Amino acid sequence: MITMTTPAESVLYTDGAAVRVRTGAPAHHFRTPAYIQGHTGVVDALCGVYPNPESLAHGDDGLPRQPLYRVRLRQTDLWPDYSGSPADTLLVDVYQHWLEPA
Amino acid sequence: MTTAIHVEDHVHDQPMSEVALRSVAIEALLAEKGLLTADEVRRQVDLMDGRTPADGARVVARAWVDDSFKARLLADSRSALAEMGIAIPEETPHLVVVENTDDVHNLVVCTLCSCYPRMLLGRPPDWYKSLAYRSRAVSDPRGVMAEFGTALPADIRVDVLDSTADMRYLVLPRRPEGTEGMSEDELTRLVTRDSMIGVTDALTP
Repeated sequence: MITMTTPAESVLYTDGAAVRVRTGAPAHHFRTPAYIQGHTGVVDALCGVYPNPESLAHGDDGLPRQPLYRVRLRQTDLWPDYSGSPADTLLVDVYQHWLEPA
Repeated sequence: MTTAIHVEDHVHDQPMSEVALRSVAIEALLAEKGLLTADEVRRQVDLMDGRTPADGARVVARAWVDDSFKARLLADSRSALAEMGIAIPEETPHLVVVENTDDVHNLVVCTLCSCYPRMLLGRPPDWYKSLAYRSRAVSDPRGVMAEFGTALPADIRVDVLDSTADMRYLVLPRRPEGTEGMSEDELTRLVTRDSMIGVTDALTP
């Protein structure tokens, strides 16, 4: 049973922080889609601190829990030929170990 | 081997696909190892079948007529839904309600698989799970919406929400114009599944 008292990584980023999504394609299960990797965005909110799905997917305990952030990226940064408004954004949930300061 | 406890609503009068066969085999193994019972599978299927977009529509209509409920729903959906008698089990992913306004239109997708606010909408439509929707919703959201008949003015920002992790997103569509005199029940009928995914607006009366 995972509770809020189980070990967790400390929260490193505050709302508004500029972050870059790390790149990589580990052989195991992960939740960071390729199309956002390497791109820079801004922390929109901390969603919570959750068991690490990369560990859970393999029958492990998911500990330490990882902070999960909603990160806002500009569509025109993600897609060079984006045809919508330059104000359009994408919000995506990313675990802290996939982020680095930008 | 024991008889498969596979519980579904259709009859297998056609050869089963490889994926379906694998699912039956895994389910039988889980039962054999005592990790899952037929009753648990049945109850989970019942729970999912009992959830329909009508639940989400009730919630949206309530938010349209009650500003303080809407504020609570946007801040903490679980407790707001409990007020309406909608219990969200503890183990289900956290539900986040995002509001469409005159300035922002939200669109929900899961590019990795088919994450969806099932506790309020039931099972996702097939198109939501299609590779076409999952890839195009993030790269050309306005084009996707146009195909659903939704013409969005350029000065409304589009926020696409890709639910890759522990959050599930439900869109609170804008209340249509000309609905000032309508009751909560009448409003409920204007709230479609697609408007709560964000590919369309709510219906107009």
